[in-house]
Amino acid sequence: MNQNSNHNIVRVTDVTKTFQLGKLEVQALKGIDLEIPVGYYISIMGPSGSGKSTLFNMIGGLDKPTTGRVFIDEVDIAQLDAFELAWLRCRKIGYIFQTFNLIQVMTALENVTLPMTFAGMSGDDSTQKGLELLKLVGLEDRHQHKPSELSGGQQQRVAVARALANDPAIILADEPTGNLDLTTGEEIINLLKTLSRERQVTIISATHDFKMLNVSDQVVWIRDGRIDKIENRDELSISIGKIDLKE
Amino acid sequence: MIADSQPSSSMEPVNRLVVLPFRKALEIAFKSIQVRFFRSLITTLSLILAVAFLSFVNVGTDVADGMLAADQPHLRQVLIQAGYDIGAEDTSVASTAKQRWIVILSLLVCVVGIVNAQLMAVTERFREIGTMKCLGALDRFVLRLFVLEAGMQGLAGGTVGALAGALFSLINSTLGFGWLALSHVSWPEVALSVIASIGVGFLLSLLGVLYPAALAARMQPVEAMRVEQ
Repeated sequence: MNQNSNHNIVRVTDVTKTFQLGKLEVQALKGIDLEIPVGYYISIMGPSGSGKSTLFNMIGGLDKPTTGRVFIDEVDIAQLDAFELAWLRCRKIGYIFQTFNLIQVMTALENVTLPMTFAGMSGDDSTQKGLELLKLVGLEDRHQHKPSELSGGQQQRVAVARALANDPAIILADEPTGNLDLTTGEEIINLLKTLSRERQVTIISATHDFKMLNVSDQVVWIRDGRIDKIENRDELSISIGKIDLKE
Repeated sequence: MIADSQPSSSMEPVNRLVVLPFRKALEIAFKSIQVRFFRSLITTLSLILAVAFLSFVNVGTDVADGMLAADQPHLRQVLIQAGYDIGAEDTSVASTAKQRWIVILSLLVCVVGIVNAQLMAVTERFREIGTMKCLGALDRFVLRLFVLEAGMQGLAGGTVGALAGALFSLINSTLGFGWLALSHVSWPEVALSVIASIGVGFLLSLLGVLYPAALAARMQPVEAMRVEQ
């Protein structure tokens, strides 16, 4: 992976997003500027309704801004057609969902290899790589199991392996610990942290979970459609202290 | 392993790189039916019944045609007694307008049933479809999976229905006219009727899935992010 510290994998400039709810116009984002460097672990924090999810979907190429630009790897996503967007989702971005979203009818291994199939990898290669990835998340002996035969934490591990399938530059994790208990959630967080460090994958996660803050390189606080503050890790311990005091 | 490390600002050469090979699609569609076997069975059941009815009527006509072609006056009498409307010069038994209407109606009801069942299936699988799209699936992949599934269901349901319908029709004729009826049957005609019925079943299944599949294919990947099930 290219270790260029000046290179921003995600660049968001002056983005607004307006939703039409019946006759009412709701502005979910009111002008966001954000730059995310390669290999960072970023947490986007904010109460629900703050525009956090909207921003998150925008970064993931799942939604297009009303005004402003979103660049992923220096490519303006508004310029991409359906084919290129699909390519971007397949090769550049790995998604991890709160509800795991494994495909229920497929085994763990098939879930991991599906994105590789889309990327045009042959059956044998993808099986081998799929097994390697499952080994990485500690589930190599359960590769023949269906999602319904796995626990929540195990399903999320499979989802992490699937997100890594095509060696993406970015992993987007939407509340990855939201449906997990405390220890399992911590395991997933540590797994993500290790991946970001060892593979130089940029990890962007939307979360309510304060456990995530400890491992984040940067925390972006969203409030009311704007960036409230961006904190680096060194400033962070202080504010966590404050939060802990309050509780 | 793929070393795709360069920041690719040029997207041109990658245009063909999102693929779903036909065999893989077939495999996924087959597994999908297998796993949801009971659900698929119900979707297919209305098709089986409609196709069986079609096949029953057609094969019944074939049997009567065979008896008529044997050119024996007493067989002609038997047919007329059984309610067939045959003129003195007729050499084949045309199905009556009423019969045709009932068959067409049953096929229509069947298509509506399939559309209904497939719409339910699409709704149930919204998240799965959204997830696939997040993993890089194109609209046409989703469309292909649904059409393949429906095609397989159509072939299987059509075959079962057509054979069952033909069998019942033959049994029914035997009970009505005695063994004599079977000795005059033109088997190629019966086979043709069965194959035609299978074909109709296959087409109806595809017809029924078109709208639900298009709906699924157009779905936005962001749906996969929604938490409510």
